[in-house]
Amino acid sequence: MGAFLIKGVFCALTPPLKFYRFLKQLGFIGFQSTLVILLTGAFTGMVMGLQGFYTLTRFASEAFLGPMVALALIRELGPVITALMVTGRAGSAVTAEIGIMRITEQIDALELMGLNPYRYLIVPNLLAALIALPLLTAIFDVIGIFGGYVVGVKLLGVGPGTYFGEMVNYVDMEDITGGLYKSISFGVIIAWVCCYKGFYTGFGAEGVSRATTQAVVLSSVLILVWDYFMTSALF
Amino acid sequence: MRKLDLELAVGLFVIAGIVCLGYLSIKLGKMEVFGGQGYEIRAIFSDSGGLRSGSSVQIAGVEVGRVKKITLADYQAEIVIQLSQDVEIQEDAIASIKTKGLIGEKYVEITPGGAEEIIPPGGKIRDTQPPVDFEELVSQYVFGKVK
Repeated sequence: MGAFLIKGVFCALTPPLKFYRFLKQLGFIGFQSTLVILLTGAFTGMVMGLQGFYTLTRFASEAFLGPMVALALIRELGPVITALMVTGRAGSAVTAEIGIMRITEQIDALELMGLNPYRYLIVPNLLAALIALPLLTAIFDVIGIFGGYVVGVKLLGVGPGTYFGEMVNYVDMEDITGGLYKSISFGVIIAWVCCYKGFYTGFGAEGVSRATTQAVVLSSVLILVWDYFMTSALF
Repeated sequence: MRKLDLELAVGLFVIAGIVCLGYLSIKLGKMEVFGGQGYEIRAIFSDSGGLRSGSSVQIAGVEVGRVKKITLADYQAEIVIQLSQDVEIQEDAIASIKTKGLIGEKYVEITPGGAEEIIPPGGKIRDTQPPVDFEELVSQYVFGKVK
């Protein structure tokens, strides 16, 4: 698996790049995930607002709702939930697509035509995930913060100035860059695992279905495990 | 036509993502986009406990700048303050480190002075007050030293 990633990265760093394939994958992984990210982001932020409010009321410190929602979203929930949603929505499809190309011998056909399958299949996915994940995470964070605002300020009566003012005080640039590093690394994990599982799929329809399941399970687990190590190293 | 749709969608997505990223880093991360407008002055404190770079600098409760850097200079804390262009600090102004609420975060409060001379960019505030050490105050109270 390591050699697969190294070869993919090497092909990504050296020209030529299949630019239209890359654009198509960016549209697929990024643009088409926007709706699901908006929905999950809004509701994650809203539930954080609700839960945070009830917890903080016990200590009479509702003023810290803003920083609590923002820090939880920016540092942890944003990158992780975005990565899990993208794995489920786009990663599985990437594995299935590459897997079916493998069992119908389209990858062999590419090689016969002298096209490098890494350049044609792996690199566009890798780059697209690398770019799409941080952007989706940023969208998730912003929508989540506004979801928390709607619940905390409009429904539960925290002052709007308090919500954003305290948030600005407590959120630092390191939190935001840390969240971004996380989401970039998750992008690599998703593209790597999903492409690998599709590229070396088993035989027949059953093999592809097993490869897809394995890809989703493995990348979800890897994301959560890697998240722990990133958090302990970054913050 | 299909190709145009795809490019449009990807473009919109990338723009939306970058806008969100910009919002986060400028609004919440307090990133200086236009490369530090205003000017810097320095102040030396005997103790800068709890102050961080990015802490706010206020006059009469209004934010006029931020702490840019805290370094050790001759066993004292030297802090660099970035002030906005339209704020003038008199030569005999007093900079003190205060706390928002009882356990809130530390900030620098500048009490304006009455002198004619204005501190130039790169200048130094001479009068400074270190933060009140709350624990010390409590222990002094316990042992009856506070009147």
